[in-house]
Parts: sequence; C-alpha cells; structure tokens
Amino acid sequence: MTKLFEAPLYPYRRSPDQDAPAPVRHPVVVIGAGPVGLAMAIDLAQADVPVVVLDDNDRVSVGSRAICFSKRSLEIFDRLGCGDEITDKGVVWNVGKVFFGDRQVYDFNLLPEQGHKRPAFINLQQYYCELYLVERIRALQAEGKPVEIRGGNKVANLDARADHTLVTVETVEGAYNVEADWLIACDGAGSPSRRMLDLDFVGRVFEDNFLIADVIMKADFPTERWFWFDPPFNKDQSALLHKQPDGVWRIDLQLGWDIDKEKEKKPENVIPRLKEMLGPDVEFDLEWVSIYTFQCRRMEKFRHGRVIFAGDSAHQVSPFGARGANSGFQDADNLGWKLKLVLDGKAPDSLLDSYAFEREMAADENILQSSRSTDFITPKSEISRIFRDAVLDLSEHYAFARPLVNSGRLSVPCIYDRSPLNGPDVPGLPARTRPGSPAVDAPFGGAWLLEALGGGFKLLGLGIEVPETLELQGVTLAGINAPADSVSQEVRDRYLGDTAAAVYLIRPDQHVAARWASFEAAAVDAALARTLGKQGETR
Amino acid sequence: MTEIVTTPNIDRPDGFYSELLAAHEPLSKAESDAFNARLILLMANQIGDRAVLAQLLDAARPQD
Repeated sequence: MTKLFEAPLYPYRRSPDQDAPAPVRHPVVVIGAGPVGLAMAIDLAQADVPVVVLDDNDRVSVGSRAICFSKRSLEIFDRLGCGDEITDKGVVWNVGKVFFGDRQVYDFNLLPEQGHKRPAFINLQQYYCELYLVERIRALQAEGKPVEIRGGNKVANLDARADHTLVTVETVEGAYNVEADWLIACDGAGSPSRRMLDLDFVGRVFEDNFLIADVIMKADFPTERWFWFDPPFNKDQSALLHKQPDGVWRIDLQLGWDIDKEKEKKPENVIPRLKEMLGPDVEFDLEWVSIYTFQCRRMEKFRHGRVIFAGDSAHQVSPFGARGANSGFQDADNLGWKLKLVLDGKAPDSLLDSYAFEREMAADENILQSSRSTDFITPKSEISRIFRDAVLDLSEHYAFARPLVNSGRLSVPCIYDRSPLNGPDVPGLPARTRPGSPAVDAPFGGAWLLEALGGGFKLLGLGIEVPETLELQGVTLAGINAPADSVSQEVRDRYLGDTAAAVYLIRPDQHVAARWASFEAAAVDAALARTLGKQGETR
Repeated sequence: MTEIVTTPNIDRPDGFYSELLAAHEPLSKAESDAFNARLILLMANQIGDRAVLAQLLDAARPQD
C-alpha cells in the first residue's frame, strides 16, 4: 500500500494542443502537480475556471515528506471537496513527550479547543494527500469541470509577455507551446519557473540538513510525538518521532550543515542510529530514507505581472511547525477566488496584488516563527545554549517553563491585519475574528459554521437579520441568518463576546472582510468594493 | 503601565547578597552560568508582565 508512489497516476497522454497549428491559449496554467498545485487546480475548477496542470512527473511524490496537515488545511480541503478522505486517513495524536539529553523532561496532552469540526492537525504522508487531491480532480472531471493534469509535461521555457506567458513544454513526443493568460508556479523550493524568469529567492537565514526516515515497527508502538533535544544518539542536534498511517513512523534527525549526504543516507549508518534512538528491543524495517535540506527564505514579490508564485516556490521555511505545505494551501486558498473575479472582469487586476501582500505577510510570519523554533533547537551562541538548556532543565520540574520549550509552533493561519482588503471593525467584538482573520469554526445549526460558509461571499447575521441574497458590485452575496437565541455558546464566544448582535462579511476564502453592529446595505457595498480591490491602492 | 522599581526595595540587602553568593559558592563556572539562567527565567515568570520585563531588559543594558 505504501508503494503507492510507484504507480503512474496521470501518465503522459498526447494533448490536442500538441497538434494545434498555433499555441492554444488557456486562462490558467498551473506548473507542478504537488499538493499546492493540485489544490489550486481544484479550487479553480470548482469555480468553472479552465485550468491545465503541467508536471514533468506522473505520480505522487516519493516518501512521506510533508506529514502534518493543520486544521486550517483540513478546512480548506473541506471546501475543496476532499476533507473527509484526507482527515479519515490521517492519524490524530494528542500526547507528546519531550526529551533532553538522555532523559524525558515532561509529557503533555494537547487537549485541543472544543467546538471545531476538524482536529488541530493530522499526520498523513504527503503522497496520500496528493492521491486524494488527484482523485478529487478525477471526480470534478467526471462532473464535466474544465480541469486536466498533463503528466510527463516538463516546462522547458517561459516567456513572460505583457498579457500572457508563452510556455514551452517538453514531452517524450517532442516540445510544444501553450499560452497562459495567468501562470501559477507551484513547482517547489527549487522552482525551475523562478530560475527561468531569473527571479530572486532571498533569505538563507538558516541552513540545515535533516535525515528523514520512514520505518515500519514490527510491534505495537505508542501514537505519540517524541521530540529530543541534544540526545546521546544525535549530539548537539534534535530528533523527532511521529506516527503516520499504515503503521509507519517518521523519524527526523537533524544533521547540521556540513555533512556528507551520501554517507549519512547509507542504511549501515542509518540503522544503528535508529536502534540507539528506539531502544535495542524495538524491531523495525527501514522503508524510505532521504536527506532534506532547508533554508529560510522567500521571494521578494510573489506576483510578477501575469506569473504568480505559490507554495514552496515562493517561500521556504524550516520544517519545525509544519509551515511549508500548510502555508502553501493557504496561498492557493487566497489566490483562487481573486483570480476567478479578475478573469470574470468583476475585480481589477490589482486585486492580485493583495494576494502578494497577504501571502508575503504570512510568509514573513512563518519565517519568524520557524526561525524562533530553530534558534531554540539549534542555539547559535554560548549564552543562547545556556538559556535553552535552562528552560529544558526547568521544564522537568516546573510547568511555567514548558511554554518556552519550542520544538516548532504548529502552523496556524495568518491574520491579515493591515490588509488593504479589510473593511471596518467594531470595538468590543472578539479579537480572534477581527477583519483579516480566518473565520473560526464553531457548532452552527446542527452542523458547522465553516460548512455553512463554504465558498463565495457571505453575509453572516448573528442576531441581526440580513437579506437572503444581495447583488452588490457585480457579485452575489448570500446571507446566513442566525437569531441571537439560537447560536451556540462557541459562536457567541468567538463572534459576539459581550455584544448582543453583529454582521460579518466573509470572503470566499472564509476570512473575515468586515463586521458591523448593524446591517446597512450601503456599508456592506463599500466594504465589498474594498475587498474586491476597487478602492484605493492595494500596495 | 507598571514602572519598574529602581530604588532600594530589598529587605536587608546584605543578607540577600550573601545568599546569592552562597548559592553560587559550590558551583563551577558552567554550573553558575546555568544557575543564573534558571534564576532569570524563574524571576521573569514571577514578574510575568511583558511591559515590566521589557523595561528590566532595557535597564540591565550596559550604560555609559
């Protein structure tokens, strides 16, 4: 089953584009059928935007790779129509153990906040995530949605022009050209697109290597996350053990920067290290081993005219906190509705600058968080090591020190404070749902609030009646009404606080655009215009 | 905002000072460094207030 990655999922097939007398024009071309490119394609296809995904490969990625999918990603998958498949396959864990040197210093139970449809995160091999996303694309194709994945299609050249990009694609049957009104580069940290367009990728704040191994335990082993600081089997470095589906455990061993990768990867060097880590009596099979190199950096701009970068091609962070793939899904979530509105002529092209603004802000936040984790895990000076060790020593006996232990702060979605798309706020309403925030899930009308929001623009009336539909600024705004006495305690806590009633304008990516203490169509119209990028400069 | 106390506030200061030195007395340099770090963290948690901690960090900087 875990040999899933050996089967071609989208094998090369000749496209009519290859026999066309002139390059065929497509509204959107996505480069890369990784998790982010696939999510992007699903979002656009669901909105009836024709999309072609090009990938030089024809199957899911090898090895577990990204393994931790956050609640926000699961909520995005729900909107993309594959949340159940991905969540059901994933492993949920709550107990973690922290080791320092040769001893366990403490353990913890995450006890996630109640009143959310999805758990705080799941562990799942990246290849399963990709598989379910491809299956979702197959289902959309069966419904007649305009989406295709072209495997064995390697992008060889990009020629960015004023109103489109000319894409040269190589296949086993020779090269052909297509034109893309909009090109979305989701081709990973090593992005060939970025290189072909000669664009920057600045940062390099940290550089490190991780040996990552998938092992199959031959006997029961607890479903817990174990993190080691400076263990005897990996001196001055860290190690992580994580459970995945199918009885596979993932092990991450930090190696530092100056290492011999080929030597470290050899099973005769890996297996003794793992034995030391797991204990002499634990029997396991080594399924997959790889060396992962990371740097912390991002492109200065995520938008270059009609070429837009999303996922690792735009930003790369350390693995601590699972901020790579998870932030990539938020990129796609942010871009999909904006591109749809621009293609439909309902919003100015400058709305796409807000994609760059908001997601660059998110990338900075992710780089900051993962840099802090890295500073804790790999102290850069003598004094930083003294403090780090003091925190870990204290954490064994005193609870106060445990929140200072930083082995990665789990990816949470960015709140777009300062976004040019944000409309008015009301003092006194809960801060966690202020304009720019992702709507927080809560039990709602026997189901879940985020299910009720779905995609599209929504006007949420809590204790204030709003119209069932409003046609404003060329878009349809669907009203959702909940009388004050019918809302759950969670909705009250998360959206009203001590206030009796409120109206929320929600964007198609489920972020709050504006909120008011009363309903006035003119105010909603003005806020909507702003959210469509029609007012003022977006940068 | 709470202002930090920079006027004498320790009861019987000589006694505290000698307890501080006594605590370090049996320790090597590395152990003393670790002790100080633990003490700072315990004290910081006792204070808790980030604005006060920021003022203390500022007050402790080398001065001309």
